[in-house]
Amino acid sequence: MLENSLVLGAIGGLMIGTAGAIYLLGNGRIMGASGIIGGVVDGSGRSTWRDRVGFLFGLIVAPWIALLVTGHQAVTHATSSIAVLVVAGLLVGLGTRIANGCTSGHGVCGISRLSLRGIIATLFYLVAGGVSVLLFKHVWGII
Amino acid sequence: MRLLISILSGSIFGLGLLVSGMVDTTKVQGWLDVFGDWDPTLAFVMGGAILPMAVAWQIVNRKTKSLVGTQFPAPPVQEITPRLAIGSVLFGAGWGLAGLCPGPAIASLSFGGWQGLVFAASMIVGMILVALPSKLAQSA
Repeated sequence: MLENSLVLGAIGGLMIGTAGAIYLLGNGRIMGASGIIGGVVDGSGRSTWRDRVGFLFGLIVAPWIALLVTGHQAVTHATSSIAVLVVAGLLVGLGTRIANGCTSGHGVCGISRLSLRGIIATLFYLVAGGVSVLLFKHVWGII
Repeated sequence: MRLLISILSGSIFGLGLLVSGMVDTTKVQGWLDVFGDWDPTLAFVMGGAILPMAVAWQIVNRKTKSLVGTQFPAPPVQEITPRLAIGSVLFGAGWGLAGLCPGPAIASLSFGGWQGLVFAASMIVGMILVALPSKLAQSA
């Protein structure tokens, strides 16, 4: 069961990296999800509008492609607490734009080119994520 | 052409998130839950994703322009700023709390029910809030 999860994780990871390679070699741009979304919603990415909207369109239809091919609907197991969803969503939106990157931009694209900023950002959000789960799950019992 | 490349990249990215289980909040929170029932999957996803990207950066070093003729990104900035640290800590806190980061949040719009919508909408509000001060300064 765990072995299965790790193998699928590595295969999915290779796909994520391949997507980043296509975006970089094809369009000459870094595949960072928060930057791509941010440039659309705050209007700062007008000159690369088509890249962004095309990427987000592909990302949104991917689960439907998977459903058609496998007949299996993905699940997020996300919490049903509106307060948790709103607070977490705000933190992710604020944090990724303040830091100018998330798991895909700083993590995948940054670490793979040995960017010091990408590596430092990844260390900070990994540790903060670990502390967050420790506090919200084990100390306060919210999640 | 750019549009096709972008759609292709976005779809493969989304399918990769689905196959790897990164749209599943229990897997992400399981990875971050070092003191509980720890799930090492995310390390394999990250490792798997870094490999093709590392090859791509090597190709970038040997070429001058992308397939569509645009410039490649400039070499990475090495400056570590307070913004980078503070932003990453805020992001990590929210990532741990809900188990979703920006990519999976957008992918979940098509299958994640109202929970995905509420999270993605809140995330977008957060993103707009960060851009607001400079927007106001421009219009003033």
